[in-house]
Amino acid sequence: MSDTPNKIPQTEPQQSATFDKVTNSQIRRAAATGIYDIRGGGAKRKLPHFDDLLFLGASMSRYPLEGYREKCGTDVVLGTRFAKKPIHLKTPVTIAGMSFGALSAPAKEALGRGAGAVGTSTTTGDGGMTPEERGQSKILVYQYLPSRYGMNPDDLRKADAIELVVGQGAKPGGGGMLLGQKISARVAKMRCLPEGIDQRSACRHPDWTGPDDLEIKIAEIREITDWEKPIYVKIGATRPYFDVALAVKAGADVIVLDGMQGGTAATQEVFIEHVGIPILAAIRPAVQALQDLGMHRKVQLIVSGGIRNGADVAKALALGADAVAIGTAALIAIGDNDPELEEEYNKLGTTAGAYDDWHEGRDPAGITTQDPELMKRLDPVKAGHRLANYLTVMTMEAQVIARACGKSHLHNLEPEDLVALTIEASAMAKVPLAGTSWIPGVSQF
Amino acid sequence: MESLNYDLAKTPLREVNQFLHGDASGLNGKHIEINNPNGAHNIAVGLKSEAKVTIHGHAGYYAAGMNQIADVTIEGSVGSGVAENMMSGRVHVKGFASNAAGATANGGLLVIDGDAGLRCGISLKGADIVVGGSVGSFSAFMAQAGNMVILGDAGEGLGDSIYEAYLFVRGKVKSLGADCEVKTMGPTERKILVDLLEKSGHADVDPDSFTLYGSARTLYHFNVAKSGAY
Repeated sequence: MSDTPNKIPQTEPQQSATFDKVTNSQIRRAAATGIYDIRGGGAKRKLPHFDDLLFLGASMSRYPLEGYREKCGTDVVLGTRFAKKPIHLKTPVTIAGMSFGALSAPAKEALGRGAGAVGTSTTTGDGGMTPEERGQSKILVYQYLPSRYGMNPDDLRKADAIELVVGQGAKPGGGGMLLGQKISARVAKMRCLPEGIDQRSACRHPDWTGPDDLEIKIAEIREITDWEKPIYVKIGATRPYFDVALAVKAGADVIVLDGMQGGTAATQEVFIEHVGIPILAAIRPAVQALQDLGMHRKVQLIVSGGIRNGADVAKALALGADAVAIGTAALIAIGDNDPELEEEYNKLGTTAGAYDDWHEGRDPAGITTQDPELMKRLDPVKAGHRLANYLTVMTMEAQVIARACGKSHLHNLEPEDLVALTIEASAMAKVPLAGTSWIPGVSQF
Repeated sequence: MESLNYDLAKTPLREVNQFLHGDASGLNGKHIEINNPNGAHNIAVGLKSEAKVTIHGHAGYYAAGMNQIADVTIEGSVGSGVAENMMSGRVHVKGFASNAAGATANGGLLVIDGDAGLRCGISLKGADIVVGGSVGSFSAFMAQAGNMVILGDAGEGLGDSIYEAYLFVRGKVKSLGADCEVKTMGPTERKILVDLLEKSGHADVDPDSFTLYGSARTLYHFNVAKSGAY
């Protein structure tokens, strides 16, 4: 023993789980600026998601299909309920609505090229259809939004389908926002706004206010397009059972259901993280509504919000969706948040993977910007090729899983192929907790 | 002018609209008369020829919606969204109009002889609207471009969050919306008003009896100091 006095042991400095570093930085930012934080993207918080589900695969009781030998179909037909000209896609992975304005012209072109190369659709956004977008997209879905910026009946007729947007997962109940930095002369002209102002898009449609009105609105669009085009209704995931039932009643051909992980060009951080529900929690109530109405597979369901790979595609389809849509993942595929640009992200006070100030228009990847110099950095041909590769990989991955489950088409996947890793995911997806037959709220443990 | 008659009591609306969407060269200069509308929705929507269409009676929602070039007259009253998103041409309502008349219209002229309901000219994007009577509350909400002439009164919140549209009101305005203010009517604006009064059959009305309203442009950029206005 030493003669030195006993040193009192110190506890390790501990960060609060409640007041963590990110939270504290948000408080300091709010205190310094007096205004809420705006950003792009979807919910960043950890949420129950497709990672909490597993496929069981085939074994004694199920017969698998031979990989690379036996066919596993991936095609999907959308709009079979009323449209004279439904859409035929070769893969169930579609590109979600993203506007010219929020994205640069080369980025929109890349999305059109990539989607077209693999036989799937891309979608316009708030602000209308550009000739380049129509030219580069073999199958183009035209969004019909509350703001009606750039809305033109000629473009309705040029579209292959029309998506009537009621809401989106990142901000159900919220309108759009495009700050002045991105309202270039061309964007301003398309939207009929003064150049450089902060654009606020309405959150409600100007000429209908409820599901009964929506039925008449859908009928109007069908009359104008002579009943040719499939009409989608897009909703943010909040009350999926009732919203889907009402959309069916209003006459939708296709319903697009977007979870809170789905991205936005810009909105308040508090909105993105605290309004709406994860896509995992929304699919089964939506499918239940379709089944209760006898409309499952007759009105197609597209789900979105956090789809990243073929496993996510397969899980969404197994839960009852007909197709999925990707937005954030497509942007990453064409070059968004690439670590090769780390130095430039650092100059913007962020790091690759975390860059989300898309509304500021300074994207070093040339994607979420209207800056002519930054835009030049994105080669739409090369970026489109990367997207096509990624879509092909996702489709093949989903096929690998489907064959392992003994399915000759992705649409033959079913909830019985799945188990959950957590009680939460089990309750939301209504598949048993792995190793048990227990589904909380459905069966006894 | 060659005239064609359709009877909506006998012919399905879809058939009538598809005929009206036919080859423009075959429709140009034709007068199509639609009888027995009985409040049907979506009559004469999506027209794109120089046809003249007369609807003899009342129409429901979205009458003449998204009109391009055509000249449509409704010899009665209309439901919500008459001439919504009109691009060009002319739509004339001889009676009253319900809510959202001329919503988001980009071009052309909408004339309503009677009153119009709530949100007349909401998100107007360049068209002209002349209302012989009064308009309901929240009219010209977020109106971006174009002109509204109101010979009667306006309800609450006129021109809320207005951008670059002009609002000419002859009667009383119950209240103005955020960022809408009285403007001085210069020769340019006065000429617009006189021209619209002439085109809408109100040439005898004194343009000096109108007050011009427009944007104060204080909300064009989000400013936390003005958050109370939102």
